[in-house]
This record gives sequence, C-alpha cells and structure tokens, in this order.
Amino acid sequence: MADMSGRAADPTREPGQTVTYREAVAEGLARELRRDPAVVCLGEDIGAAGGVFKTTQGLFEEFGPGRIWDTPISEQAILGLAMGAAMTGMRPVAEIMFSDFFAVCWDYLANEIPKMRYMTGGQVTVPLVVRTANGGGLGFGAQHSQATENWTLAIPGLKIAAPSNPADVVGLMASAIRSEDPVVFFEHKGLFASKGPAAPDGHVIPLGQAAIARAGSDITIVALAATVPMSLAAADLLAAEGASAEVIDLRCLVPLDMATVLASVDRTSRLLIVEENPYQGGWGGTVASIVADEGFELLDAPVRRVAAASVPLPFADALEQQVIPTVDSVAAAIRALLAY
Amino acid sequence: MTAVSTSAGAIGASELLALYEQMAVIRRTEKAAHDLFLAGLVKGTTHLAAGHEAVAVGASASLRPDDYVFATYRGHHHAIARGATPEECLAELMSKATGVCKAKGGSMHLTKASAGMLGSYAIVGAHLPLAAGAAWSAKLRGSGQVAVAFFGDGATNIGAFHEALNIAAVWALPVLFICENNLYMEYTPIGSVTAVPSPAADRAPAYAIPAEVIDGNDVVVVAGAVARAVDRARSGGGPTVLEARTYRHFGHSRTDPATYRPPEEVQEWLQRDPLDIARARLAALGVPVEAAVAADDRAAQLVESAVAAARAAPPPDPSEALTDVWADGGSRWRT
Repeated sequence: MADMSGRAADPTREPGQTVTYREAVAEGLARELRRDPAVVCLGEDIGAAGGVFKTTQGLFEEFGPGRIWDTPISEQAILGLAMGAAMTGMRPVAEIMFSDFFAVCWDYLANEIPKMRYMTGGQVTVPLVVRTANGGGLGFGAQHSQATENWTLAIPGLKIAAPSNPADVVGLMASAIRSEDPVVFFEHKGLFASKGPAAPDGHVIPLGQAAIARAGSDITIVALAATVPMSLAAADLLAAEGASAEVIDLRCLVPLDMATVLASVDRTSRLLIVEENPYQGGWGGTVASIVADEGFELLDAPVRRVAAASVPLPFADALEQQVIPTVDSVAAAIRALLAY
Repeated sequence: MTAVSTSAGAIGASELLALYEQMAVIRRTEKAAHDLFLAGLVKGTTHLAAGHEAVAVGASASLRPDDYVFATYRGHHHAIARGATPEECLAELMSKATGVCKAKGGSMHLTKASAGMLGSYAIVGAHLPLAAGAAWSAKLRGSGQVAVAFFGDGATNIGAFHEALNIAAVWALPVLFICENNLYMEYTPIGSVTAVPSPAADRAPAYAIPAEVIDGNDVVVVAGAVARAVDRARSGGGPTVLEARTYRHFGHSRTDPATYRPPEEVQEWLQRDPLDIARARLAALGVPVEAAVAADDRAAQLVESAVAAARAAPPPDPSEALTDVWADGGSRWRT
C-alpha cells in the first residue's frame, strides 16, 4: 500500500461523504492507476503541479513520475504518444488542458485515433482516454470556454463521456479507462467546485447508459454535464408552478442512450434538449432527428432545443449569459412547450 | 551540410543475397501495382516506393521481429520488408476480401500488426508522435523494443515532426526517425521550401538528437546505420535521426508523371539504382551472378502468382462496411 499521505483521495472516507467534482476526477484516476499498472497519465502540468484545475492533485505524489508524466506544450505529441502507447499494450490517459485545444491536435482526434481500428480491418485497437476541461461560464473568453462535445460527435469511432456529478465522474472514468475503444472524457469547468455524494468503492457506470436525474410526467428534458444541474434547477422552478419535468442525464453522447430518451418521451409527449455547445451543429440536433424519425407519434408538441447562440463566446459575464443556456432560458422553454 | 555516410555494416554474402531478393520482390510488386492501376484494377491512388527499397529492407534487417515500424502512405516497401506478402498487399490495393486490411485501408494504409508493422499514415508527419508513443510504451514495459518512424522529406516542415523529436529527446525514447529524402515534397523540390540543406539531419541538433545523412540506395549502408542507432536506443541512449538520400522511380502518386524533375537528375539517380548497388556488392563478395539472377526469378515468380491470386480473390462482403469500428467488432453507436 502506498504512502497514505500522498493519496489522491482517502479510501477510508465515510460512506455518504460529499466530495467536489474536481476531487472526483483525481479519485477516479487514482482508482484505475491502483488497479491496473498499464494505466499511465500524461499532459501539461498534471504531475508535480497537480493540474491547472487541480484535477490530478496527489497523483504524482502517490504514483510518481513513472506513471504521471508532465509533457511540454505539444498537444499533437500528447495525443500521438497516447495513441502509440495504446496500440502497444498501455492504457494511457492523456489530458488536453482545455477542450478548445482539440483544434491544435485535431488530426489525432479526427483522422488517427478513431480510424485506426477500422482502416486496418480490426488489426489494432486504441484503448486510450482523452480527458479535457470543457465549457463556459467562467469568463475565459472565446478560446478557453467552448463546449466542444459536438466536435467529437461529428467523428465516428470516438466514445464520448461527459459526467454531471462527482460519483458519475468516478464511475464513468472507470469505464472509460477500461474501454478497449478510445474515449473522450469531458470534465466541465463550471462543475469542478460543485459537490455531490462520493462514489462507493468499485463504482463503475457503463458507457452509454443515461440516468433519469429527476422523474416527471409532463415534459422530458435531455441534458448533459453542466446542463443537468441547470435543468434540475429549472425543473424545481416549474414544480413550484405545478409542472412535473423529467430530467435525463445522457452521461455519454457515444454510445447514445436513445432508448431511455424515447421511453421518457413516450411517457411525457414533450421534449426539450438543453445543450451548451452551439445550436449550429450541436448534439441536440442528432437527438432531435432520432426522435423525429422514431418517436414522431409520441409527440404532442414540437421538439425544442436550448443551446448556445451561434456566436464566439464573449468575455463579459453579462454577455456570456446571453449566449449560453441558463436556468431562466431553460425554464422559459419549458413553459412555452407546456403551453403548446 | 552534413556529409553523406557510406559506411557499410558487416553483412555476409548469404544475408545480402536475401536482402537483395526482398528488394527485388518490392520492386516487382510496385511495378505490378503500377500496371494493375493502368489496367483499371486499382482504384484511388498509389504512391509507389520503387527506388526506395534499400531504406526499408536495410532498416528491417537491423530490427528485431518485435520492434515497431510506422510508415507513410508511400509504404508498400515497409509493409513487405516487415513481412506482409505481396499477395495480401496487392489484394488490398485491388479492393479484395483477402487484402491485408480487408480492403478497408487501401494503398495508403497498409498495416501488418502481427509483424510489428503498425500502420501506414496518410496525414503527413502524424505518425512520428505515434512511433515516439510506441517507444515510450516499450520503455514503460521494459521490453527492450525500439520503434521506427519512416517519413518523407516533406514531413520535416510540419509541426508533428518537431513535437515528436523534442519529446523523444527529452524522455530519451528508444525511437529512430528515418527520413527518406527523395528530394521532392510531392512536386516541389524540398530545397526550395526548407532553409537547411538536410531537412531532417540539420534539424536534429536543435533537439540534441544525433543524426546521420546516409546513402539510402545502399542497403548495406542503411543496415549499418540503423544497427548503430538501434544499439544506442536499446542501451538507453535515446533517439536518432537518419536521413537516407534516395529517389523515386515513379512520380509522387499515380497521376504524377514527374516532369518537373530534370532528366539528367533522373538519369543520375537511375544509375544509382539500389538493386544495381546491391548486385555490385554481391559480386564484390564473390557471389556468382547466377545467384542474383535466380533471386530475381524467384521474386518474379512470387509476384506473378501474387497478382494472379489477388485477381482471383473475391471482393469484400458488403456487410464488412459496418464492422471493425469498435473493439467488439461492430459499429453500434446508439441504443
């Protein structure tokens, strides 16, 4: 057993204890690093510094430089190294500090990692995880605030997880690292300080299994990552007005749990999709098209999407709030759909 | 400008004859690919490596079977040098079910993972970080393996080249970066778009990586230089850059007649054909000319029967289009 003082998280934590989302990231990584010696982490400032978002705090102390590797600012090298290592027996977990930086290593996410297995006729698998800090609401401006999950959804061959709470971070991290397929793991910047129940020991959430975060009967709200607590808050507002909203936390975009969404729409007959990426090309368009195709007769109202406006993200809070979804904009959309 | 090394390694007559035969097989396979394309039996494009045989065969001679090789879209020679058969390569080019990648990759993506040939990559420079990653993996596992990235001169001006060299040096990774400098990045002389005369070797010192410019048309020279670099890598000495000077016998791709190359330059390089150089070395070692002729005949026969088998092979089953995305063999992305 390693030195307890250096542990990323205390395994003797009392059941039911509350932890932050950022602590859960380090905990989820630590559990897999302890379980499987093939797991190795690499990224900028993830080691001695503990990560710029402190999401890898304690890992370097517990696992050392042979497992936790600080890299130069070389995003192509980070993903290329991870891919080469994944093809040859390792389970690398690469961090790209901000999801906006996917653009500088996009070749690996678009052309290399997702296509290798297919274009070799199944000769090679690429079991890696790309972790990244995603999303807005923190005033980082146009190049450090984007929700880019829709970029990755455009590429067949990537699995995509985006947890909304600390326990899901741990459970989905376990599945992502154990996956034989490449997984892009979106950690939401706006959720890092949020708290929730700690994950129980051995917590594993299969990829592609949505959760009903709140049961309801009048309308289905499909959400992901930061739009889950936002939608839950909006549902609370509507409850005070006598409406019962069901909130589905997709957890993953690939595999996409449309069975859960369609079953919910069958009960509620109304669908609102809340996504932080831009309306233009956002993942909600895919969900909406499947419901239109396979659930048309279930609907008593049009499918609506609350998404980011199709503009670059502005810096000022007062402007950013005009662009990305908010509790108020979600609540207004629910009211409009219920009145339809 | 870095001097071109012609320092020969120690290769005996029988081993050299085997290397010669491999080169002859590659040359004939490339000629067959060319002819099959003209006959309309190969679609898309091909980037033929005729003229580059000594780089692939010489390097392969100095690698262990469990070492890793990463190549480019001009990679038929590397696939064959590592153990892919001409038949499975030509079947891949001809979109046949028996292709080495089940006809899902094509000419630009020949891969033979079971032989440590971990892919041919069609985005210039993308695979250099992958080779560094395989070397990192070997180091983490303590396996003693090395990784090799083969790339063209054109790749030396792309970011991934520089990111890969830097990290490989900083982490002392057991990786070889072998540039096949054929003087042209696609249609443009590399010298007209690069500020240094040796595009790979002259960049290596900036990353504190030892480098050598070598005669890439002499299989014995290539084998010797690669053996030295492999020794350094396996003993913890980190990466090496080798710049092998060579020349394409065909154009950049199928549609390129390469009229931009001065005829005297082409003639000069054709007179330095890697097969001719190897034959001269065989003669110098006292190998009778009949032995080389017999090797040529065997190569011709092998490729001839490979072409026949590939032609006769069935097309892929249409259901194959929706397999092999995920590790479970399928392509299901939603419930």
